[in-house]
Amino acid sequence: MDTFDLLATIIKVVIVFVTILVTIIILGLAERRVSGFMQYRLGPNRVGPWGLLQTVADGIKFLFKEDIIPDNVNRPIYLLAPVITMIPAFMTFAVIPFGVPLEIAGHTVKLQVADINIGLLYILALTSVGVYGLVLAGWSAGSKYPLLGGLRSSAQLISYELAMGLAIVGVIMVSGGLTFNEIITHQQATSWNFWKQPLAALVFLVAMFAETNRLPFDLTEAEQELVGGYHTEYSSFKFLMFYMSEYANVITASGFMVCLFFGGWDMPFIDEKALGHWGVVLSVLAFVSKVGFFLFLYIWVRWTFPRFRYDQLMRLGWKVLLPLGLVNIFAVGLWMALRA
Amino acid sequence: MATVLRTYEPRFWDRFYIPALLQGLFITLGRIFKRKDTIQYPESKHVPPEGYRGLHRLNRHEDGRIKCVACEMCATACPAQCISIESSPAPWEEGEERYPVKFEIDLLRCIYCGFCEIACPKDAIDLTEIYDFSDYTRDSLVIDEDGLLKVGDITQTGNVYQRHNRGEKVELPLAR
Repeated sequence: MDTFDLLATIIKVVIVFVTILVTIIILGLAERRVSGFMQYRLGPNRVGPWGLLQTVADGIKFLFKEDIIPDNVNRPIYLLAPVITMIPAFMTFAVIPFGVPLEIAGHTVKLQVADINIGLLYILALTSVGVYGLVLAGWSAGSKYPLLGGLRSSAQLISYELAMGLAIVGVIMVSGGLTFNEIITHQQATSWNFWKQPLAALVFLVAMFAETNRLPFDLTEAEQELVGGYHTEYSSFKFLMFYMSEYANVITASGFMVCLFFGGWDMPFIDEKALGHWGVVLSVLAFVSKVGFFLFLYIWVRWTFPRFRYDQLMRLGWKVLLPLGLVNIFAVGLWMALRA
Repeated sequence: MATVLRTYEPRFWDRFYIPALLQGLFITLGRIFKRKDTIQYPESKHVPPEGYRGLHRLNRHEDGRIKCVACEMCATACPAQCISIESSPAPWEEGEERYPVKFEIDLLRCIYCGFCEIACPKDAIDLTEIYDFSDYTRDSLVIDEDGLLKVGDITQTGNVYQRHNRGEKVELPLAR
């Protein structure tokens, strides 16, 4: 690795990290404003133009709040849990490509922090690590509601990870590789996986909502039943860390969905790689707008569907999504065998 | 009478829940573009309906004299006993023989029942539509005669909140 590559990597890391942070800020505001619009309200619009600085103000408030550590917590684990949640949340985005490779001075810069050959597995592995944060937070708080939240999240995430994995298998089968670039190039060459495997896309979408603990699957938080779920006993910046990792997970899941089923940076009817620098700009724009749609979908779904009951959640995961995932794999396999 | 129980019979596609889910999504999507109920308060204010009982006012005759003759009917009718009046012989030659030298209403005691308005034989006291008066001390929320007359002058020319929302500058007597 020469100096150029090293520098390019560092710049990419900084850009991706800052972009995620800024998106979290915008998403925090968008969540509240879109929620308001859907309820005939305006939402926060006073701090800065269109309320853009509202989330910044909230962040500053979190920093200046008293940091309360309850007496009967398991201190080391209690302190470690937000970190365990946050680090994987910010790491997962590293393997998601957000544009076609950029040509600068004879060098090719991939618009992706790390192009590793097990990209899909990397994301699945890290999201599983993120679950530990929630479970440990719930367990170490020494209070019954966080404990229930943590237990629910572990059961929920295990059930839905299975369905998610099965949905991904169909994609891997047709594209023949575990890296995102292979999957996206394959989609660009043929058509988006969404048109070929709508069933897998649906299963993945539902599992994605469950994996990020968002409504209608936010049983880990379920404020009406569990106060605040796993983060009940957290305050100040530690609470902010959970909050940020939830949004970071939402962003990564949207990017994951876009790459797997909606062609990633592929803009339909245009060959980005032939257009030079403009192609790069177009591809990044395509990726950003697609991810933006899924971020909006998260908020949209949140205000449309009520929360699942726990047994309904389990029934949906094991009796509906799992068989559907298997059916999809079978159908894709059959199709491939008949074509070969 | 027999009660007819309606049972829900899902059709074939309803069993997949997808049509119902999409229908729900489009309901919430449509709401984004509808008119919002929020009133952006200091810039635009809620206009209370006719007959709203808010801040009090004292009315004047056409020549500017106060209509009140200090008969204390309002103070007697007041269930909260928030009105205090000091009567005195009127300084003018023509017209009523007495007038109030002091007319105070404790706005924190008042229950805004409107009995004073009904009791008044001279149509001198009214409750207006003004609702947003608040302050930090109890003393400043005891409104005196001049204040009440000023409220009367402001509210003569139409609903203050309608005027405010049209962009007219309306100075409320107690608002800071």
